[in-house]
Amino acid sequence: MPITRDEVAHLARLSRLALTDAELEHFAGQLEQIISAVARVQEVAADGIPPTTHALPITNVFRDDVITAQLGAPAALDQAPACEQDRFRVPRILAED
Amino acid sequence: MTTPSHTDLTGMTAAELAAAIAAGETSAVDVTRAHLDRIGAVDERVRAFLHVAPDAALAAAAEVDSKRRAGEVLGPLAGVPLALKDVFTTADMPTTCGSRILEGWRPPYDATITKRLRQAGIVILGKSNMDEFAMGSSTENSAFGPSHNPWDLSRVPGGSSGGSAAAVTAFEAPLAIGTDTGGSIRQPAAVCGIVGSKPTYGGSSRYGVVAFASSLDTPGPLARTVLDAALLHEAMSGHDPCDSTSIDAPVPPVVAAARQADVSGLRVGVVTELGGDGYQAGVLARFGAAVELLESLGAKVTEVSCPHFSYALPAYYLIAPSECSSNLARFDGMRYGLRVGDDGTHSAEEVMSLTRAAGFGAEVKRRIMLGTYALSSGYYDAYYGKAQQVRTLIARDFEAAFEQVDVLVSPTTPTTAFPIGERADDPIAMYLADLCTIPSDLAGNAALSVPCGLAAEDGLPVGLQIMAPVLADDRMYRVGAAVEAALDQQRGHALLDEAKGLSR
Amino acid sequence: MTELADVVGYDEAISRYEPVIGLETHVELGTASKMFCGSPTEFGAEPNTHVCPVCLGLPGSLPVINRAAIEYTIKIGLALNCSIASWCRFARKNYFYPDMPKNFQISQYDEPLCTDGWLDVTVGETQVRVGIERVHLEEDTGKSLHVGGATGRIHGAEYSLVDYNRAGIPLVEVVTKPIPGTGALAPAVARAYVTELRNLLRALDVSDVRMEEGSLRCDVNTSIAPRGSGTLGTRTETKNVNSLRSVERAVRSEIERQAAVLDAGRRVVQETRHFQEASGTTTAGRSKEEAQDYRYFPEPDLIPVAPSREWVEQLRASLPELPAARRARLQAEWGLPDLDMAALRNAGALDLVAETVAAGAPPDAARNWWLGELSRRANEAGVELAALAVNPAQVARVTELVASGTLNDKLARQVLDGVLSGEGSPDEIVAARGLAVVSDDGALLAAVDAAIAANPEVADKIKSGKINAAGALVGAVMRQTGGRADGARVRELILGRLAPDA
Repeated sequence: MPITRDEVAHLARLSRLALTDAELEHFAGQLEQIISAVARVQEVAADGIPPTTHALPITNVFRDDVITAQLGAPAALDQAPACEQDRFRVPRILAED
Repeated sequence: MTTPSHTDLTGMTAAELAAAIAAGETSAVDVTRAHLDRIGAVDERVRAFLHVAPDAALAAAAEVDSKRRAGEVLGPLAGVPLALKDVFTTADMPTTCGSRILEGWRPPYDATITKRLRQAGIVILGKSNMDEFAMGSSTENSAFGPSHNPWDLSRVPGGSSGGSAAAVTAFEAPLAIGTDTGGSIRQPAAVCGIVGSKPTYGGSSRYGVVAFASSLDTPGPLARTVLDAALLHEAMSGHDPCDSTSIDAPVPPVVAAARQADVSGLRVGVVTELGGDGYQAGVLARFGAAVELLESLGAKVTEVSCPHFSYALPAYYLIAPSECSSNLARFDGMRYGLRVGDDGTHSAEEVMSLTRAAGFGAEVKRRIMLGTYALSSGYYDAYYGKAQQVRTLIARDFEAAFEQVDVLVSPTTPTTAFPIGERADDPIAMYLADLCTIPSDLAGNAALSVPCGLAAEDGLPVGLQIMAPVLADDRMYRVGAAVEAALDQQRGHALLDEAKGLSR
Repeated sequence: MTELADVVGYDEAISRYEPVIGLETHVELGTASKMFCGSPTEFGAEPNTHVCPVCLGLPGSLPVINRAAIEYTIKIGLALNCSIASWCRFARKNYFYPDMPKNFQISQYDEPLCTDGWLDVTVGETQVRVGIERVHLEEDTGKSLHVGGATGRIHGAEYSLVDYNRAGIPLVEVVTKPIPGTGALAPAVARAYVTELRNLLRALDVSDVRMEEGSLRCDVNTSIAPRGSGTLGTRTETKNVNSLRSVERAVRSEIERQAAVLDAGRRVVQETRHFQEASGTTTAGRSKEEAQDYRYFPEPDLIPVAPSREWVEQLRASLPELPAARRARLQAEWGLPDLDMAALRNAGALDLVAETVAAGAPPDAARNWWLGELSRRANEAGVELAALAVNPAQVARVTELVASGTLNDKLARQVLDGVLSGEGSPDEIVAARGLAVVSDDGALLAAVDAAIAANPEVADKIKSGKINAAGALVGAVMRQTGGRADGARVRELILGRLAPDA
């Protein structure tokens, strides 16, 4: 399963990782190796086998609709890299949706 | 009667310490101080801790002592010190997960397990080192440098809970807590010659455990004895309404099982697929001897085939990275942690990308991209979907096996501790360290590693893995305790007495 | 981005193209706490005060499903005639955006709680059955304030400030099937659907459905195809259309715009568009051709929801009377023909009349007041009927006063004037303004005699048998009594005084 440098660049973009050219090169080789190793799962005959997404077959775990303790704005904003007017300050956002 | 010396205190088990504190033979403060001193003496070489909290630890210890003096009934581990893996949130200590991206982060809340430890009077000494976001088998992926194996400081202590294992092995703490996603408790316990237990998934709360792979992550205890591990297992476990995947059922009677330590009549299955080629000879030899020991103790040993276990590793390396690619998306420099490139010229999107590129290490980046790949439309069915089906088949293999036997056994890991640097940039070689531990993570059942001797060729510890059915965690403690007692008796002393890397 | 400036006139567009519309409506549920944590949902709090580790997406936090949100959603599904899933899971929708604390949204992807229902809506005399594709649950995002730049909008802003109070509020998305065949009525059908959905949600008491506060938000899908072509056009999705009027305008303007695109021999681009309130038109957003890959997968932190039959039936039994059933019942009770019922609905008077009747008024009188005098007043004031400063109980009291003879129609209108200008209750106004009908014959006879004396030639005409001339004298008496006289009685008294044989 060959994986190209361009594909790695696409994955890096989707994952929000600003990688250097050297990193892209390095990861492309490693990812190709890993992907061909994990592709072994495709050898397994699994027609009609349901997927397991949760280790245990439990259902319907709910909480009651009651209000619980809040952090308060000071604690919520305490670790923010930047804040202003009790809000998290973030760099300009490119586009809606 | 004489007061135990510092060295005596750090050499005692958690059960012994708790008893001595409860009896007033020593105080929690003295016990804590002894361990802090030991950390001061050896941690520069072991590097088990990312953060040591002497003041908080001594304050917690003093509170236990004052409660004892006031005649309050204390928990079975009150006053006993512990190393907490730096993946659990702590309101009074930083939580970094071994990552630059969270360097210095102070969470505003305690994990459920952190809270339970405090309520039990267990003294948290500090936060132990780990592979970044629990991804790794050596602690070499920690952004803050690797921990060292006290048996041989040039070797890895395993991972990802390597700091926790090293702390217990170096007598810096009698107890530690780790998390197991693909073997991250059992594998370091095995290569350090201590006990490590992965409870049934959902048996211990994940609330406040910074997620790596949500459907696999399982907190559990590390200790020098099976009984200590069981005591901590009981103290930290139980239903948590803040974790939807937490099991609403009583904790299996693990402490009673560890005290029972009897395998007569128990049916033990040796897993055919977990052994043979690729396993270190000394590992197979010690494992073989352990199986014979079990037979001699009255267990009925048979061989059981679990045909899909050979696909566990590839399935795991699709499922865990997929979940991690999503779980780690929140580390974007917007609300907490590192922010890079916010100079007024870059957009939020660019700052996120620069922050993540600077804040994550190579293994985390690899897994995020691998998971992003596996979840992409067009690849989902072939990779993630297929891996989830394999997961079902592995769980069915376990179910079928547990119809024939009460527990399954295997080596915990194919090799003993490897030298630091040997596999650092060879992901595939590194991944093989979890070959035997991954099936129980995928199926969610309980598994424990107990030391079963030293490999002849390198004199390093070998772990015996005991796997029990879902919610039958007690069985593995029963077997582990029996093996431990028999081996200690054969040897005439505890295995750790042979550790040469550090002076006592 | 090339935009065609020109549009084709609506009637012309409709004469040649057939529109197909679809609506995705987001509704913030009125639960006390958020979808996955115990933070409050209340609107208007100080920024970042309604937050906890879970809705801030802090490392280590985990979601737990709010039972009430599931129940509200099932109720909505039942009211929309949907099937309720016996087992479903939440999924993660992965994309990076600063207002989303985890950089994924927990949503139901291919396993919605409710599927395949319908809602009947009426436009004039046309009834349209709108198919419901799905009703699913998800969590809302935070809100950004854009700072710097000229407009306070996202474009040109220097940076943004994020408030996560809204993050994690339960959001239900109701998605219709494509609605074909409505022709020129398409914009009105879109509006009628959202109106009816809002009525339904209000009746269920699951949301405060305030479009202006964003608790109900619409995305409108529109496509057109040449009439008779039997094909489906490329659709656009117009986001965040935030009033009923805008829903209608957005559909209309997209039809006009798309017709111009097709007329020019170009193709409609599948894209997200944004509705511009000021111009009533849409502008291009991000093209869907560079579509996001959301990498959906089942949310591993949550376990499946499996509503039992008993639970669903219990919820079904708890449903209140729904708007359509209520309308049918009222129409029957009031004995109204369809046309009158439609008039009531179009005027937005149905609930007002129903409440007026409930307060004791006869249905006809209640209907006449709201559709007649009060509608006229609302028009004059340029407000919705319901926004008038008079309530159904007051209108009912006025009808009662008329029925008992205390007021005539003219006086009643004066009483309502008083109510509308805030002078008090109808009874207070009758007393304060002295508006009660004078029905005392003694007092009336004096006024009648005075009127006869003042108009001798009119009196002679009446005496000579031209009784139609009595109107002039009745008018004079009414003027004299300030309109408080009972006109019919006055006429009787005049005719009695001026009988030919008298």
